[in-house]
Amino acid sequence: MSAAGIIFSNLHEAHITELTKVRTMAAVPFMARYRLVDFPLSNMINSGITNVSVITHYNYHSLMNHIGSGKDWDLARRNGGIQILPPFITAYANNSNSLYSTRLEALCSINHSISNIKDDFIVLCDCDCICNIDIKEILEEHEEKKADLTVVVQKKNVTDEERAKFTIIEADADGHITDAFTNSGMTSGEKHVSLNIMVITRQFMSNMLADTMAHSYKSFTYDIIGRYKGSRNFRIHEFNGHYSAVDSFVGYFNQSMKILRTESIREEIFGNKNRPIFTRIRNSVPTRYKTGCIVRNSFIADGCIIEGTVENSILARNVKIGKNAVVRNSILFRNTTVGEYAELDYVLSDKNATIRDGRHLSGCDALPYFIDKGMNL
Amino acid sequence: MYKKKECIAMLLAGGQGSRLYTLTEKSAKPAVPFGGKYRIIDFPLSNCVHSGIDVVGVLTQYRPLELNEYIGNGQPWGLDLMYGGAMVLPPYQGKTADWYKGTANAIYQNLHFIDRYDPDYVVILSGDHIYKMDYSAMLKEHIKNDAVCSIAVINVSLQEASRFGIMNTDENNRILEFEEKPKHPKSTKASMGIYIFNTDKLKSYLIADEADENSSKDFGKNIIPTMLNAGERMFAYQFDGYWRDVGTIDSLWEANMDLLGEVPEFNLDSDWTIYSRNYTLPPQFIGESAVIDNSIITENCHIESRIENSVLFSSVTVEPGALIRNSILMSGVTVRAGAKVDYAIIDHDTVIGAGAEIGQEKGADGKRPAIAVIGSDLNVPPGMKIGAGEMINEASLEAKFKTVG
Repeated sequence: MSAAGIIFSNLHEAHITELTKVRTMAAVPFMARYRLVDFPLSNMINSGITNVSVITHYNYHSLMNHIGSGKDWDLARRNGGIQILPPFITAYANNSNSLYSTRLEALCSINHSISNIKDDFIVLCDCDCICNIDIKEILEEHEEKKADLTVVVQKKNVTDEERAKFTIIEADADGHITDAFTNSGMTSGEKHVSLNIMVITRQFMSNMLADTMAHSYKSFTYDIIGRYKGSRNFRIHEFNGHYSAVDSFVGYFNQSMKILRTESIREEIFGNKNRPIFTRIRNSVPTRYKTGCIVRNSFIADGCIIEGTVENSILARNVKIGKNAVVRNSILFRNTTVGEYAELDYVLSDKNATIRDGRHLSGCDALPYFIDKGMNL
Repeated sequence: MYKKKECIAMLLAGGQGSRLYTLTEKSAKPAVPFGGKYRIIDFPLSNCVHSGIDVVGVLTQYRPLELNEYIGNGQPWGLDLMYGGAMVLPPYQGKTADWYKGTANAIYQNLHFIDRYDPDYVVILSGDHIYKMDYSAMLKEHIKNDAVCSIAVINVSLQEASRFGIMNTDENNRILEFEEKPKHPKSTKASMGIYIFNTDKLKSYLIADEADENSSKDFGKNIIPTMLNAGERMFAYQFDGYWRDVGTIDSLWEANMDLLGEVPEFNLDSDWTIYSRNYTLPPQFIGESAVIDNSIITENCHIESRIENSVLFSSVTVEPGALIRNSILMSGVTVRAGAKVDYAIIDHDTVIGAGAEIGQEKGADGKRPAIAVIGSDLNVPPGMKIGAGEMINEASLEAKFKTVG
């Protein structure tokens, strides 16, 4: 059994424009040293998938920079490896170039590339699937049950307000999908929601894409699951581990803090020796804790220099915390510099931000204070 | 594939490093870890890369497994190239070949490797030192001087000078005389063991030296003096940066401590990045009860206690109530609750049991206690005391355990 992977890089960017203004969702930094794409990529690699395409349409410079040749993920390979698929735009298309907006359109736009896949199965995954999941197990189940499509789901108590965010999947006791819908008027409560991780049999995928193009289908949920569910073998696979997606700026912040606070989640995601989360190797120096620093309950990447106080915070690479500065409940991206006597509470600073000496900035858990990339306050 | 290169490097990495005791029991000295995430050999390799040298022959001999594995195809240093790159050159059997009998013989046995790239110059390096140096600046100087051989030197104090090979030069830095460990040094210019040779001269002297049965086949003892006697143009190249030989427990400990302090004596953090084989590990987690003072800590460490003036490698776990001071903890070390570690080096993946005491505090006299060294992959039982300057490996730990009962 062999499988290829496809990762969607842009689908949910509108959820978190603060961080996706300058980069694609896949390249959004997460938990000090990672970018979101590291999670689906690592899950695929750890499940033996070594032929991965990342499909993207704009702002993908930081993604390309991050992935490079794929070496750091062991994906610089002769057979397969990683490829980034930006839009295929030609000068001779009589203005018919268009960018996809849905998952299905995205797949159609890379149909030429999908048609080269020789593997029996294709794993589709969004880039904001923060979890450590054994996809091999799902593939095995998919094959054993002779499924055409397996959607990974998790039981979740869906409130009325949240309903619009999820694709809700209904299945019978045997795991066969009976219905799928988004934002419907169905009553809220405990539901199976799609984790946006799926396994598709390649043969079905090519039929599906041909049909999609012939009929201009748009929505995976309505046009594919909805139309085929009676005639095809669509199944769910329930995943019970930690999973978070990025649904908003506040959500991003709180998800990060939850992982920081909860040792069992950190252990589940980062502590599995056989299932490491890979990321780009940057050769940063070890972090230096200078005399006078106070550091507690924090997740810290290499290359930092800390002279002040850091509590309940996530510090990415090369963050500098000046003397007598106090940083609490904050997430600081790479190269953030915090000056002497500055105080930050519930702050998220994007890359290369500078907070000058003595500045006091404070947000709250419901609305963290955001500092844009490169800002000098 | 091969194409002509202006300059290639030959890195002598066969040293045993016997004065590092248990730290080099299972691996060669160049593979000894340094500074939280590096190994000694990362320094010359990274220097080569930054100096534009992209062919590096790494000559191994003693306990090469770990070193060979570490260097691999040279990928961490960007030395996995089609035309060149890093190549491990172990001793081999041939009609005349054998174990490397000395530094000069090691290069002699690999002349065919040098020939492949037809270089004008060869840099000879050793894998024993911690420093950042631009070999291309030295090469420029070498060419400007129209030299046959250039030797990098560093100023040492007059007292120290008798431990080094000392160069006596004229005002233009031309070497007049070389003295190996002189009792009464005439200069303080100590050889750093870094040589640049014109390839043709290097070859002819190596071939001649090989034929000399009385030679000990060593650069410092044989090749350099012979060339000087022959009146070759040899120049000293003055280096002013940080440079340390880390061949002893004390010097290794001291060089690690040089990374600490308000303004570290040796700053790793600069554009001259030291590359090393890093694995992707999660960031470090500093817990609720951690108190950290003047230390460097790296990926995947989990700290729950007091750490002072120490260097922690990756994946070190320190449980609550432990105390780590003035020490070096290598990758994967675990220190259990209530254990005390002071003035010690603990090699990788060793577990220090709860309440154990390793090393000794600084006494009232202010004199630094001798460094205690614990080997790799050991389990130091709870409550065990290991005193200042003790060297513990598997055998001695077992013996100690028996006497303590």
